[in-house]
Amino acid sequence: MKKVLIVGAGSAIAQAVGRIFAARGAALCLAGRNTPVLEAIAADLRVRGAQLVHVENFDANALATHAQLLVGSELLLGGLDTVLIAHGTLSDQQSCENSAELTVRELTTNGVSVVALVTLVAQRFECRRAGTIAVISSVAGDRGRRSNYVYGSAKALVSTFLSGLRQRLRDSGVAVITIKPGFVDTPMTAAFPKGPLWVSPQRVAQGIVRSIDRSAAVTYLPRFWRPIMFIVRAIPETIFQRLKL
Amino acid sequence: MASQVMTSWGNVIRTPHVVVQLTDRLAPFPDVRNRNGVLPFGNGRSYGDSCLNTGGVLLRTLCLDKFIAFDPTNGVMACETGVKLSDILRIAVPHGWFLAVTPGTRFITIGGAIANDVHGKNHHVAGTFSRHLRRFELLRSNGERLLCAPDQNAQWFAATIGGLGLTGLITWAEIQLRRIPGPSMAVETIRYENLGEFMTLCAESDLDYEYTVAWVDCMAGGARLGRGLLQRARHAPGSKAAARAPRSLSVPLMPPCSLINNTSLRLFNTAVYHRQRRARVQTQVHYESFFYPLDGIRNLNRIYGPRGMYQYQCVIPRGADQDGIAALLAAIARSGLGSFLAVLKCFGDSPSVGLLSFPRPGVTLALDFPNRGERLERLLRTLDGIVAAAGGRIYPAKDGRMPGSLFRSGFPQWERFTDFIDPACSSDFWRRVMRDR
Repeated sequence: MKKVLIVGAGSAIAQAVGRIFAARGAALCLAGRNTPVLEAIAADLRVRGAQLVHVENFDANALATHAQLLVGSELLLGGLDTVLIAHGTLSDQQSCENSAELTVRELTTNGVSVVALVTLVAQRFECRRAGTIAVISSVAGDRGRRSNYVYGSAKALVSTFLSGLRQRLRDSGVAVITIKPGFVDTPMTAAFPKGPLWVSPQRVAQGIVRSIDRSAAVTYLPRFWRPIMFIVRAIPETIFQRLKL
Repeated sequence: MASQVMTSWGNVIRTPHVVVQLTDRLAPFPDVRNRNGVLPFGNGRSYGDSCLNTGGVLLRTLCLDKFIAFDPTNGVMACETGVKLSDILRIAVPHGWFLAVTPGTRFITIGGAIANDVHGKNHHVAGTFSRHLRRFELLRSNGERLLCAPDQNAQWFAATIGGLGLTGLITWAEIQLRRIPGPSMAVETIRYENLGEFMTLCAESDLDYEYTVAWVDCMAGGARLGRGLLQRARHAPGSKAAARAPRSLSVPLMPPCSLINNTSLRLFNTAVYHRQRRARVQTQVHYESFFYPLDGIRNLNRIYGPRGMYQYQCVIPRGADQDGIAALLAAIARSGLGSFLAVLKCFGDSPSVGLLSFPRPGVTLALDFPNRGERLERLLRTLDGIVAAAGGRIYPAKDGRMPGSLFRSGFPQWERFTDFIDPACSSDFWRRVMRDR
């Protein structure tokens, strides 16, 4: 039986991942800020077959509580073998441009808090020489664009951090998985007009679970984003700076 | 808020709507002011305009898809309004439970099942879907949350069942499932020669079989009028072979015109009718093949082409049923219109719960028609006349064109129902059938 901690479990993608694990009879710990919503999700996952579901009230920006979350969920689940980090906010780029304070807060939520938590998880998994750390980063972290570079740079921090961590933990048998979704149709992106590149959280969730099952290193979801981002990264800066992306 | 083109299963009406996605059952009623009001919208499997609200707001419930509780010891299940029957089956069947009543598609939401008080092949023993509904919560636009059950807010219970989403938003519901020995069905298919034979066979089968339904060759007339294949079935302990779900196919794109025409129809119907060489064939099949043969083909409604289709489902009350159905079938056979999907079923005596529930004792006939504009409308008006003369009614969930007068004569409780309509709610259907009042 898989023992999974999902951080930011109220997000649409995390919820869909939870359903796949629940159908497999996993034990789950759901961490997030909105406890009533998480309780409703927990009830749903129990009906869908989860052996055990616990809800932990957790604010990722309260860095001092991270260790407690890990200890707590390990106790509740009787162990821990997979951690999925899915929390985040979609920063409003324009508001960030007008507020250094907001920019820092967004960087903390989407970047620093993830790095802090992953550091603690890595310590525990490394000495056990087992475990899977999966983190939802974003294609936005592959290159800064004027439309969302605050969010993007937080995700770049996450992606780069995970890349180094993966090298470090390779020999300890700990899998470090970077998930880079493109446009996902969730409440977080409800305000955006949707085009053909948009996919459902269910489809992204299937990709995430597949990556966890196979211990993939870096997964673009859907896969067509890999070549797209390869091209985006390859554009020389002299040209890139003139683009309106 | 951006406007979005929405359509129903029939694909005839494609109109702009403001779509609001609901995600939290505890959230207050969405605060959207709009001249045309709001209407809950599930999976859009109603055929006509009862799930549409042109120029107004649709409250999409598909993301309200959480289960709330399921007790495998007594088969009581509670879930949010946007949970689909297919989701319920996926959870319940492995525990030996099944929907007490299921319509011919499992891709509808539970909220939609209540709002249309759907029925199935076991109506003669089990009644409608809502006979097995324990309770639900109704959220009104004034913020009131009404817990509705047969013995609690009973008037709201009766109005909301079959209430076409007009009484407010159903946020969650609790249903009673029924025991099954496994996912298999023991099915007997009997070829019969004409309508009279159907009536006899049906009366006889309804005594011993939980599920009965007949496919009709709607192109056959004269002495063969009403000929078809009657299926009668019951749940059976599963053998492994029969317990495998059928494979799923898809209609990948919209053909430029309807694939259903007079020639294809005659060929198809004759082939189906003579498919089995013997008059009686017994088989064991997976429940999906028996209950949901058409769910296996995704986007099946595309075969009717870009103009879409109408479904005509009526019930002719007992006493007038054989003559009424004969008149309907004769008119359809004469017209040469019609489709491969024509279904006959005898409704039982179980009284429906909702003020606007469709089933009543008698015989129901359902047919798909490719949209052929005025030519089809002429035929449907003829059918309307037969239904009205026999004192029958047309199923709102399937309808996109019945005259308001026929709705009001078919559903005499409509006036009482209007007292329960939420002031914020409206629909294309409702505006249409109330227009000429």
